[in-house]
Amino acid sequence: MIDGIIALYIFMLAAFTGYEVIARVPVILHTPLMSGSNFVHGIVLVGAMVALFRATTPLERVIGTLGVALAAGNAVGGYVVTERMLEMFKKSGGKKS
Amino acid sequence: MNALNRDVASALINAAYLLTAFLFIMGLKRMSAPSTARGGILWAGIGMVLATVVTFLAPWGLGIESPELTTNVVLTVVAIAAGGGVAAYTGRRVAMTDMPQMIALYNGMGGGAAAAIAAVELYSDEPRGLMVGSLAVLGGLIGAVSFSGSAIAFGKLQGLIKKSFRFGGQKWLNLAILVAALLLGSGIATGTNAGMVWVTGFFVAALVLGVTMTLPIGGADMPVVISLYNALTGLAVAFEGFVLNNAAMIIAGTVVGSAGTLLTQLMAKAMNRSLGNVLFAGFGESAAAGTTTVTGSQKPIEASDAGVMMAFAQKVIVVPGYGLAVAQAQHKVWELAQLLADHGVTVKFAIHPVAGRMPGHMNVLLAEAGVPYDLISDLDEINAEFETCDVALIIGANDVVNPVARNDKSSPIYGMPILNADKSKNVIVIKRGQGQGFSGIENALFYLDNTRMLYGDAQAALNQLIQAVKTVG
Repeated sequence: MIDGIIALYIFMLAAFTGYEVIARVPVILHTPLMSGSNFVHGIVLVGAMVALFRATTPLERVIGTLGVALAAGNAVGGYVVTERMLEMFKKSGGKKS
Repeated sequence: MNALNRDVASALINAAYLLTAFLFIMGLKRMSAPSTARGGILWAGIGMVLATVVTFLAPWGLGIESPELTTNVVLTVVAIAAGGGVAAYTGRRVAMTDMPQMIALYNGMGGGAAAAIAAVELYSDEPRGLMVGSLAVLGGLIGAVSFSGSAIAFGKLQGLIKKSFRFGGQKWLNLAILVAALLLGSGIATGTNAGMVWVTGFFVAALVLGVTMTLPIGGADMPVVISLYNALTGLAVAFEGFVLNNAAMIIAGTVVGSAGTLLTQLMAKAMNRSLGNVLFAGFGESAAAGTTTVTGSQKPIEASDAGVMMAFAQKVIVVPGYGLAVAQAQHKVWELAQLLADHGVTVKFAIHPVAGRMPGHMNVLLAEAGVPYDLISDLDEINAEFETCDVALIIGANDVVNPVARNDKSSPIYGMPILNADKSKNVIVIKRGQGQGFSGIENALFYLDNTRMLYGDAQAALNQLIQAVKTVG
């Protein structure tokens, strides 16, 4: 599906994207944004799922299950705390944005 | 499982991953502006759910034929429910002041998951290409370091680990462990001579490295370290994405890796520390304490006088520090600000990047108390305004308003960007006692002629101020 050089292109472009997206962030959002990016790498869940699907030995199954549980914790926990923080940010005048 | 099914499933998975990558990037983009931030996390969340659901098609899409596939799928569902359930419960309950260590914890879990993927790959004795093997090893190493390192960071911020363990030659010990892990890793990368013992040894070395790297680092530097581990986990996820040929993981992991690195640099810069300094030297080692002798005395003030002073001011700038959060006085300070606003006073909040426990943490704490974000300014926006401000109210902040950072080259904090509170007409400092900041440096601000000290716990002092302003009517 992804061959060597194409993978490198994806890697390079994604690295630039990450840099540019964050470059203009105000300090006020540093903590929520760190938490948000922490949530995004929770995508490791899909990899852990595939690894567990493929498991054939008991050892692989144990490690795979642990991996999926940890990854799910990363994704769900990251979402909940980020959402809680961002929910509180509002402008004066009452209305939540 | 016929060929058509496989093509359809595979196409569905790829399309969903593409959409997920788009949603993640748009989500992060929206999260970098206050007005759209809340929508941003929702976009990213939708992407995550989509990717997770569609991955259940992977057994067809990838043609996985494990004899116990059904068991594996059941285990997956149980593990997601267990891990997600615990995280949702703890995430909802954690106090806003404890947010930094919670982020560390969830980040460590992600690193652990990346290491687990590497472990499943490396423990299997199927031969693999050198490229795939090397990436699995690197991702496993970084993931494991992030896992155990984040756990230590959590322990430190939570107060479970109180000491900073330092001894001579620590750097060399870390280097030795790193070399050992890399040697074991290169041995197992190709999968040809990988015994169980080698693989296990590799992961043990990586986990130990995370612990020994993080233990010597002081609590004040921990946010930078957490941010670094966040970036590292992203990188580990990207590497394991290459191993599994999973585009969503490669893109999301890399984006977090580079964004996290930038964020780490921004934080380190705001704290006037270089990353190398944070990782390889404990704070205070180079700081031969202030050579400057501060002259003058600290002049106390009564809450009633301070209240009157503020009630008749045109403009008040509040500078909150971590002492405010420790005293849980965010709500009180907002009550005082509203009261002053009723008297026609313009009230603004000035936040130093390192107020709170990590950059932006104080904004979260003030937001929790209901302070609108457009009243909160960061350093660059507000510094010019101190000259036109009648009263600067410093609550639980110290080093970030110390003018020696501007004008004393011999001071360890020289060069750190500070809030120029000393330029305002009057300064009121709420402080528990006459002690020094965590850097142990005398604060020249406290001795200025226009500075008055209001001693006491932030919560109690603010209460008195509120009463004093109320009596002005």
